[in-house]
Amino acid sequence: MKHKQFRIGKLVLPYVMILPAVALLAVFTFYPLFNMVYLSFFKYDMLTPKKFVGWDNYYQLFFVNIDFIAALKNTVFYTLGVIVFMISLALIFALWLQRSTWVNAIVQRFMFLPHICAMLTVAMVFQWLMDDRGLFNAVLSVFNLPALRWLNSSHTALLSILIVAIWKGVGYYALILLSSVKSIPPELLEAADLDDAGKLRTFFKITLPMLSPQLFFLLITITINSFKVFDAVRIMTGGGPGNSSDVLVFYIYRQAFNYSKYGLSAAAGTILLLILLVMTVIYFRILGKRVHYQ
Amino acid sequence: MYEYKKPNKKLLKVKKIVFAVISTFFKLLVCVIFAFPFLWMISTSFKTLYESLLYPPTLLPQNFTVDAYISLFEQVHLERYILNSLIILVSVTLLQVLIMVPAAYAFAKYNFKMKGVLFGAVMVAFMVPTQITFVSVFQMFSKMQLLDTLLPQIIPCICNAFGIFLLRQNFMQIPEELLESARLDEAGELKIMLKIMLPMSKSTLVTIMLLSMIGTWNSYFWPLVMTLHDSVRPITIAIQSLRNLEGGLEWPIIMAGNVILVLPVLILFFLASKKIIEAMAYRGVK
Repeated sequence: MKHKQFRIGKLVLPYVMILPAVALLAVFTFYPLFNMVYLSFFKYDMLTPKKFVGWDNYYQLFFVNIDFIAALKNTVFYTLGVIVFMISLALIFALWLQRSTWVNAIVQRFMFLPHICAMLTVAMVFQWLMDDRGLFNAVLSVFNLPALRWLNSSHTALLSILIVAIWKGVGYYALILLSSVKSIPPELLEAADLDDAGKLRTFFKITLPMLSPQLFFLLITITINSFKVFDAVRIMTGGGPGNSSDVLVFYIYRQAFNYSKYGLSAAAGTILLLILLVMTVIYFRILGKRVHYQ
Repeated sequence: MYEYKKPNKKLLKVKKIVFAVISTFFKLLVCVIFAFPFLWMISTSFKTLYESLLYPPTLLPQNFTVDAYISLFEQVHLERYILNSLIILVSVTLLQVLIMVPAAYAFAKYNFKMKGVLFGAVMVAFMVPTQITFVSVFQMFSKMQLLDTLLPQIIPCICNAFGIFLLRQNFMQIPEELLESARLDEAGELKIMLKIMLPMSKSTLVTIMLLSMIGTWNSYFWPLVMTLHDSVRPITIAIQSLRNLEGGLEWPIIMAGNVILVLPVLILFFLASKKIIEAMAYRGVK
């Protein structure tokens, strides 16, 4: 009898152990996910009962509200910019700082600093630096260069946010690449050196392929993170001037919390979800095959 | 005749030195680029409002003052928000451990039906951004009328899917024989977890806790969408709203607030930079 009890207990035990975790994920991750897709077909303001509207919210997003398209375009532009500059800069820094010297260790620590600080702080400090009467313009005027309007011009607002994002993240991504640069077997590079392969050739034929799994990881992480950009935009520009620096998540946020258009917000959220899903699948399908794994 | 040219050793050496000097110079420049905004923040926080508005700006405060810090605590009562942040931080970190450890143990050392599916669900959950789930979660707490408590900032954050994954990896490396012999000694599962599993994964656990502490302290998006009243807001939201003070943009006060926000993280970083860098890099490698 006691034996049987023990066995039932043993069967149930693992489920009891994972129950809190799984229940929390079900309530706070999976239910909201499905609820969002469901809500995207309704008109809902949390005060009056929701009303089924079919595809109308999506129609509104793409054909009526021009803001959404603007936010989408900006997000794509921002993401492309971050991918190109972040990855190439991280790669340059990783190769440049690869030797284990104390100078390099210090540089790495300085570069890493912004990554662990709140985006809020980074955004506010740069807002101050990029102020019309801030330090950046003062430095420009020392060199007799014209002052820039940074966050206050629709031409440079999104670009300024991009600069801040890269400044904050590049140290972290360089560090990830650095650990793989160090793990390239030195014999490979020596062999290339003996064969008189030029530096460029060695880079493209050995270093880059050896780093490809890590670069692939960076590509996915950076894409997903960039599509989620919000903090810097809300703090530094509020999406402006006009909607020149508006982005997807900020759009989703405003529809829900400023205008109580929860259905529209959910539809925009569903689009974001689809984009992230498609990007991940494409990356794994196309690039996954060409990535060299050791 | 073709003559083999001896490389000029002296020239090579000079070249090398020049190269090293240039390289070091640029490395210094990089340090300045990454440290300067922080120094500028600190410098501004000790200026008077008048001096902060001068153009061109002064590099260091001419009239050193701590007025900005004083008004942070006397006018804004930052200590209340700091207290909120600390309550959230401690609860989230501890509850995370409480939920993560048994789950990771079960996923690592037990075989049960649906294990693969359930673990897959945990991994998928890790990929779902909060920027997609926040509206529904907000509605949930709004219906339960809990928005004037700290719970919306704690409960949804206490299941750390990434932590479960990391800890499970660690638990799986602990040899089965160790557990079996403990079971023969009639040690209960709880005892095994506390006396064997945890001590052997201390480093991973500390790493996970460190990451989630920094993340929670810095978080901006979640508290922004989960709070309606100042009484439950954490330090980040309080600092953000420093921009709406009556006197317009008072940069010394704003920068002072940010110094206070960044200081604990910086101190932690200087104490344990190696550990933190390892932890963060690990997150990228795996």
